[in-house]
Amino acid sequence: MIKNILNLGDAALYCDFGSDVNQEINSNVIKYFYHIKKLNLKGITNLTPSYNKLIISYDLNIHSFLSLKKKIENMEIKENNKLEKNLIEIPVCCDNNFALDIKRVENKLKLKSEIILEKFFSKNYFCYMTGFVAGMPFLGDLEKDMRLKRLETPRVKVPKGSVGITEQFCNIYTFETPGGWNILGNTPQNIFDTSNQSNPNLVNPGDTIKFYRITLDQYNEIKT
Amino acid sequence: MKSKHRNYFKILRAGINTTYQDLGRNNLYHIGIPFSGAMDKRNFQLLNSLLQNDYNSPVIEFAYQGPHLKYFGKDIFFCISGNVSFKIITKEDVIDGNSYQCYLLKNGDEVDIHSTNKSVYGYFSINGTFGVDYYWGSCSINTQAQIGPNNGNKFSKDLEIEIIDINNSFNKRKLDYLGSTIENIRVIKGTNYDYFSESSQNKFFKESFKITKLSDRMGMRLEGPKIENIVDPNIKSEGLVKGVIQITSAGDPIIMLSDHGTIGGYPKIATVISADYDRLVQLTPGSNIKFKDVSLEDAEKLYKLYQMETNNIISQIK
Repeated sequence: MIKNILNLGDAALYCDFGSDVNQEINSNVIKYFYHIKKLNLKGITNLTPSYNKLIISYDLNIHSFLSLKKKIENMEIKENNKLEKNLIEIPVCCDNNFALDIKRVENKLKLKSEIILEKFFSKNYFCYMTGFVAGMPFLGDLEKDMRLKRLETPRVKVPKGSVGITEQFCNIYTFETPGGWNILGNTPQNIFDTSNQSNPNLVNPGDTIKFYRITLDQYNEIKT
Repeated sequence: MKSKHRNYFKILRAGINTTYQDLGRNNLYHIGIPFSGAMDKRNFQLLNSLLQNDYNSPVIEFAYQGPHLKYFGKDIFFCISGNVSFKIITKEDVIDGNSYQCYLLKNGDEVDIHSTNKSVYGYFSINGTFGVDYYWGSCSINTQAQIGPNNGNKFSKDLEIEIIDINNSFNKRKLDYLGSTIENIRVIKGTNYDYFSESSQNKFFKESFKITKLSDRMGMRLEGPKIENIVDPNIKSEGLVKGVIQITSAGDPIIMLSDHGTIGGYPKIATVISADYDRLVQLTPGSNIKFKDVSLEDAEKLYKLYQMETNNIISQIK
């Protein structure tokens, strides 16, 4: 399933699963990720799954590129390895104060805001990966008529909890950070919990997300 | 709460970016949490060796200007690593301190860490243990994600730094070490090296780049000749590791450092080798960098040499 293993610097394997972004390739990445994670190999310092790559960082005192590459290539990943999949429902409020880019999205997609939101909430989304900042899930796929580019000039600060879309993907800003996604709403739910060290992420790779719409009153109620 | 036996530092001035650091936290990239940890691992290691602390004991890292600390408690030793100017202020005297030497502090004495010299990071610790909380096995403060002790924030004025343990069997030791500088930063070509025009590839290795002020624990932004992308200014977002050099849409290199975002969508032109990382992070804004291409095999050997050199320096502590 891995097409090729290269080196990323001198202390990481770059496992290439293909160039396309789809759930089949990503599921393979996630299978390898969970398999290697469970093995708890000495000297593996990080595993970073993404759409179609898996990066394996290692301690140079313990491994070298060639020996670790061989180990990964010879790994048997059972096809019937079931992914741990959860369905997670996340409330989103699309009040004007939160839907920062709804006007821009209306203009670009040539759709009315109600239609945009109806389409957005009618689908379940697959979690391809989490990261960039702690706990941020990269979800997909949006329907073809819902796809648009990032903002030309990224925001310096995107509010925590913002739910945004770009291209075939949507995400949730788990922290206030710079960012360029088109923001449609905001969730009052905490997506990353620093105090829960065994499982800080609400959403993990392989999970399915269902967004549901709430009113501003409901938002404030959950938030408090 | 404030018993007579409390030993602590009070921060009279916090410094620019003062945090607790240790070796950092592993195996959390997949949820978006970077390694963090001391930027300059060699100076971290030297400090804990000088103070006879455990190899992964927490230390205080500062950048450019360090903290001004006032000590309250029973006698204690402290030491500073890095190229650092500092003063020790006692009731009787004010003396200039030297890095890599241990000094006694008595109740009411102060340490004023003015600055790092021609370098960015310095380290401060004691013959004992700071009272820190651990998050995923590490006390490193990651201010971007607000993870770590002090609610994940850098130190501020009036904060009190608790000492929970003092090693009484400590022998005062020192090291004659001037630090090590570097002319070229050695790199391995990146996974998107062929995204860039041949002339830009040549420029990347022949010309020099200036480190800009937009550099911190997350990354180091460089400016110099624009690197021309001939394929696509973006890639499908994928994992990053520290030392990766991405080229932004504007054609400028940005080097990922210890608190970097775990995923990125800019093409990777190269990665700094592990042996050169400690010296890379010490380069100050305004200085110039030249990159030199090495093979993976050489990088692996150079890392082993660098580790041997570190152990050799540690063996010279007397």
